[in-house]
Amino acid sequence: MNELITGAEALMRSLMNEGVDTIFGYPGGSIMPVFDTLFDHREDFRQVLVRHEQGATHAAQGYARSSGKVGVCIVTSGPGATNTLTGISDAMLDSTPIVVIAGQVASSVLGTDAFQEIDLVGVTQPISKWCYQIRRAEDIAWAVARAFYIARTGRPGPVVLDFTKNAQVSRVAYEPETASCVRSYVPYPKPDKDAIRNAAELISRAQRPFALVGQGVELGKAHEELKAFLEKGNIPAGRTLLGLSALPSDHPLSVGMLGMHGNLSCNMNTNQCDVLIAIGMRFSDRVTGDLTRYAKQAKVIHLDVDRAEIDKCVKADIPVIGDCKETLPLLTEYIEEGNHKEWIDSFAEYDAIEYEKVIDKALNTKEGPLKMGEVARRVSEATGNSAVLVTDVGHNQMMSCRYFKFTQPHSVLTSGGLGTMGYGLPAAVGATIAVPHRTVCVFMGDGGFQMNIQELGTIMEQRLPVKMILLNNSYLGNVRQWQEMFFDHRYSFTPMQNPDYNMIAQAYGIPSRLVKERSELDGAIHEMLDTPGAFLLHVVVEKEENVMPMVPPGMSITEMVLE
Amino acid sequence: MEKKLYTVIIYSENIVGVLNQVTSEFTRRQINIETLNVSSSSIENVHRYTMSVWSDEETIGKVVKRLEKKIDVLRANYYTEDEIFLQEVALYKISTPRLLSNKQISKIIRHNNARVIEINSTYTVVEQTGKTETIMKLYKEFASEQCVLQFVKSGHIAVTRDVIEHLTEQLYVFDEDAKRRMI
Repeated sequence: MNELITGAEALMRSLMNEGVDTIFGYPGGSIMPVFDTLFDHREDFRQVLVRHEQGATHAAQGYARSSGKVGVCIVTSGPGATNTLTGISDAMLDSTPIVVIAGQVASSVLGTDAFQEIDLVGVTQPISKWCYQIRRAEDIAWAVARAFYIARTGRPGPVVLDFTKNAQVSRVAYEPETASCVRSYVPYPKPDKDAIRNAAELISRAQRPFALVGQGVELGKAHEELKAFLEKGNIPAGRTLLGLSALPSDHPLSVGMLGMHGNLSCNMNTNQCDVLIAIGMRFSDRVTGDLTRYAKQAKVIHLDVDRAEIDKCVKADIPVIGDCKETLPLLTEYIEEGNHKEWIDSFAEYDAIEYEKVIDKALNTKEGPLKMGEVARRVSEATGNSAVLVTDVGHNQMMSCRYFKFTQPHSVLTSGGLGTMGYGLPAAVGATIAVPHRTVCVFMGDGGFQMNIQELGTIMEQRLPVKMILLNNSYLGNVRQWQEMFFDHRYSFTPMQNPDYNMIAQAYGIPSRLVKERSELDGAIHEMLDTPGAFLLHVVVEKEENVMPMVPPGMSITEMVLE
Repeated sequence: MEKKLYTVIIYSENIVGVLNQVTSEFTRRQINIETLNVSSSSIENVHRYTMSVWSDEETIGKVVKRLEKKIDVLRANYYTEDEIFLQEVALYKISTPRLLSNKQISKIIRHNNARVIEINSTYTVVEQTGKTETIMKLYKEFASEQCVLQFVKSGHIAVTRDVIEHLTEQLYVFDEDAKRRMI
């Protein structure tokens, strides 16, 4: 007979059994036995006290997205648990593997409106990949093993464990468990060879094939397989926001970013190609614009591990269901070597127009206020284009994603599906812990920075080398742009009076620099990168700069506005 | 697109909260559930849901894919009426004094081939199985004699016309796999 241990201790051993090395947490009444046990495990886990539970979930996301491992947070019941809902939803929409463990009142008082009781399973069912209430210590090893297995396999996602207090304190004979299958869950459907042959034939015959690369390639760690496929077929590839680092920016077949604020060439040629090959992407409305006028001329091949994505937004002529790490090499084997020089050159014609009308002005303006794009590009170049880019949401996100360059996988951490302002700072916390050997740069606006600004406390306490770039335009810039373009310049709730951010950084002991002039920019960027530890680079940028080009909402992707 | 009455059949693990997950997928798209039947299936620890909903094929196809994606759902499929055998059961509680005083009522019972399952001095319980129309026809006939005290009908229950039982095969393969792994 094994020794009897508490449920809280069984949780610790189960987490160690899953290889967990970091916990983002915030204690409270219903989870105190777990935090008490964590005190005995300070050597086993890096224990990060965040300053708000939302920060814990985004930090776990940043940890997961930059490392490919499962991020873990532990919070209390009631408000602690409800504060995680935004992060759980974000992880669900962006397929990020995290496990959220929340305390719960004792089983005996469930349903009595006990102090800090909420029906967490009921609340998180629609926004999580799986959730489960642990009511007995005997179930802990099983539930934790299953939670991690479900979170990381197939299309990854958030899993919630609702952990009653009685299960934390009662004693159990612990036996480690590992989950390798769940009979009601098929994480990696077997590829259909016929579909792959048909797809390969279609690609081989295509005159103007175009690949759309999404985060599925990153999640499936299929970077090399993607390159081999594109290179053999000589197929140009556009990347989604979340797929930006799935293919190096400077790869000869990498033609730009898709979508609302993506590149003109990618959007125009989506409606010119004859075969569209979607790889691990989900045809978000931010990518497609008006669906009734989206790639109607093309045959669509859709590679996805999630069967429910097929035909959800765009009807696939040939669905290829399965893990792209498995399906891409099969496709590569069957396709003929392609040569599409003329077609690939057609992207450059649009690129020249976009350069003249948009990019040149964003990067090379010599006078007037600083622009977001030039800041992003200078930072990227100063890191040798090797940094992890974390963004908040809004103009800072679009501009940094447009002008940052990527040479390594897992280098873009941004809130795509949910568009969560406040994501950036805590996600950067997670990334600096997960990949300490890399430089982590987080771009934020003055709006999003203030949404989780409390995490400066975590950065201070954990001595995290987060390079923070605050692009301050004293507006909620993205909404302001929409107000300018579609609401007759009526700037409702968007101008903002700002505090002295450098003094705030100082209060947390974080060195900072305020930049208003172009001449100071490069020096300040180098100061930021050369200063050990955290640094706040506060850049005052043009107040009413717009992100261009833009597919206005509801319009076709070929109706991009350039200026 | 044309709306039809679809029958959705779902098999899930017998775990607390699956019903909530299933219905929320319909709520999200504002699809009203016309009938719902949940019970154990022929397979141990597997629950079976039979639901009928008005929808168009594209929408119901997407909903069913999302249902099958739920971790605790084993299988979800949708059918039109010609792809399944579909039945309902109904109970009619009628007044015994009226039954005795009005000969028409017992004629209605006989003509509809309904079954009497309880008689006492105050009420009589009649049972009918069949399609919705059969059940509602009997109800209307009783109602016109003003004898109905209570009326209830079940949701649809249905079996498919398929020749192969896919789920049984899937679980068999799974169990064989599991056994092999254990060795």
